[in-house]
Amino acid sequence: VSLTLPTLPDGRVLDVIRAPSQVLSVAGLSVDPADPRVVQLCADLVATMGVSPGCVGLAAPQVGVSAQAFCVDVSAHPKTRTTHGLIVLVNAEVVEASRNEKAREGCMSVPHITGDVKRASKITVAGLLPLSGERVLITTDAFEARALQHEIDHCDGKLFLDRVIGAHAVHPRKVYLQPRDPGDS
Amino acid sequence: VTSLAITVVGHDRPGIIAQAAEVLSQCGMNLEDSSMTLLRGHFAMTLICAGEADAAQVEAALQPLVNGSLDVTVREVPEEPDLPPLGPAYLVTVHGADRLGIVARLASVIARAGGNITDLTTRLSGTLYLLLAEVDLPHSSDVDALQARLAEVSAELGVETSMRLIENDQL
Repeated sequence: VSLTLPTLPDGRVLDVIRAPSQVLSVAGLSVDPADPRVVQLCADLVATMGVSPGCVGLAAPQVGVSAQAFCVDVSAHPKTRTTHGLIVLVNAEVVEASRNEKAREGCMSVPHITGDVKRASKITVAGLLPLSGERVLITTDAFEARALQHEIDHCDGKLFLDRVIGAHAVHPRKVYLQPRDPGDS
Repeated sequence: VTSLAITVVGHDRPGIIAQAAEVLSQCGMNLEDSSMTLLRGHFAMTLICAGEADAAQVEAALQPLVNGSLDVTVREVPEEPDLPPLGPAYLVTVHGADRLGIVARLASVIARAGGNITDLTTRLSGTLYLLLAEVDLPHSSDVDALQARLAEVSAELGVETSMRLIENDQL
């Protein structure tokens, strides 16, 4: 099932803000989905997510805008069960959540650390589509549920660091050394 | 039976634990609780072991490990009683821009409330400072007052702090 999204304008690729930054720690304002600036912001989020390797979601505070808007697309991720393709929502909230599961999360705004976070693996999210303002309910599970909660947290000024499960629940992100190409000099 | 506290700190390489554990086993020392991690790339291990050997014997046996790049200390420690926790356990998470005194200020708030930190991790990642502390609080403590005081000091330090009850699902 894919979400029928209104056609957004061309997006610009924006810089992704890294922690520590105040904008990542304040709750975003709810926004008017029809406001052209909000529509452009949504398009920019999609464009920025699209050029970021491995990125499955991006929220407005991560591009420096304190607003409740985000995009998610987990369709290419191996941990995905249900997927709605590209999701772009404003003023979204989790209206139902159950079946907590623990998993290790990373975030473009916290590039060198991952953390073990417990989140609901079955959720229903309510939110508004940009441009049309149509209210949609998305019921999903597994990795898409986790990604949606992670982005809704960003819109609320929270990072996964605020939700890790214990003192030993953060880990340096492993970057493997590439074997040296024998042709290198 | 003697209990020994051993620390090994220094340049990381494969095989340190294998070598240390082999020496302890040959000394007849039973490796009890241990913790090892990498701290800014440095190998860091602390352990308690128990057996018949004394500190000097074990320290001598560990000498080959030192090899110029590791510091080893061995010290006899008294038996500590296994006390029950003071009360419920909380996880305090702190993140923000690195500056001097974050741990000192927040840990002293926790100490003044009678909280006992039982596990602590701090990480500096670029300019981001992260602190995670598991804290046992006495049943009598005023959790709301502690939370308010942590929020106040965090605002002064410009960091984000949260304190949550640690869930224990008994099966």
